Amino acid sequence: MFAGSVSSGVVILVVAVFLASCVEMVEALTIVLAVGHTRGWRSALEGSAVALVTLAVLVVVFGPAIVRVPTGTLHLVIGAILLIFGMQWLRKAILRSSGLKAMHDEDAIYQKLVSELKAAGTPVKRDRLAFVVAFKGVFLEGLEVVILVITLGTSDHRVLLASMSALVAVVMVGVVGVIVAKQLSKVPENAMKMSVGVLLVSYGSFWTGEGLKVHWPGSDAMLLVFAVLYAAVTWLLVAMIRRNETALAERLAP
Amino acid sequence: MSGTRSSWPVRLIKGFAMFWWDFLIGDTPELFVAALGIIGVVALLRIVLQWNGAAVVVLPLLCIGALTVSVRRAQGATRKK
Repeated sequence: MFAGSVSSGVVILVVAVFLASCVEMVEALTIVLAVGHTRGWRSALEGSAVALVTLAVLVVVFGPAIVRVPTGTLHLVIGAILLIFGMQWLRKAILRSSGLKAMHDEDAIYQKLVSELKAAGTPVKRDRLAFVVAFKGVFLEGLEVVILVITLGTSDHRVLLASMSALVAVVMVGVVGVIVAKQLSKVPENAMKMSVGVLLVSYGSFWTGEGLKVHWPGSDAMLLVFAVLYAAVTWLLVAMIRRNETALAERLAP
Repeated sequence: MSGTRSSWPVRLIKGFAMFWWDFLIGDTPELFVAALGIIGVVALLRIVLQWNGAAVVVLPLLCIGALTVSVRRAQGATRKK
């Protein structure tokens, strides 16, 4: 699985999975911290642990199974999924950077969840609500990471490397999150989401082309060309929207 | 509502289908349609017409076009609000 030299494809794979895992882990950690602080840590940590084990089982079961799909079909399906997912992330990040969409506010999400959990009554020792909310938070946020690990990993035959990259991100955000506790809103989530979007669209373009038997000039060095191209387009779109919105605001001003 | 609850396999299948619907389509169906269109055009260029060079250029351009249209669509929707 680690065969071959370190290519641009490997670097992009590790960075994309790592950043995506960090973003999703920050969102999951906000939920776990809110549950732990309001309803006790035991059930919150149990729910999180069961979710993480379930996610790991999904990777172990589906990772090797997907590799058996014929290469051309696998590349095309994975490419299409990455293309759609990447464009969704990139679109959201562009709208947030240009001010058209509110930034993801971890503090506000934390406060809202805390008040909802407090309203649900006095916590008990084995708290079913705390377990379910923590499990769902970690599982649903982690499911996107699992899909990325499986799609990016199997397309490049590096499931183990992709899994390790995600695991490092989960541990790192977990440790840092526990230390800084409620300062998760300081994480530059949108910039990370934008970078992941650029990398996923790059990978999606590459594998969609591979699945359709396109011969890329320079082989997987083309991934870097795509990353630079899509980063430039993203920057241009953000600048264009900001300029348009400023011009509109000036026209509407009395 | 009658209050009848589906069996767990039905709920599991429904949940699985809902997840993929949200994951791939969600509030941006135009990106899903665009991805299918990109695959169709590139397949036509590369497999039917055997124009590899055109496919290399057209694929990223169509992705950029799809993203631009989707972002402009969101900008228009925000202005209407």
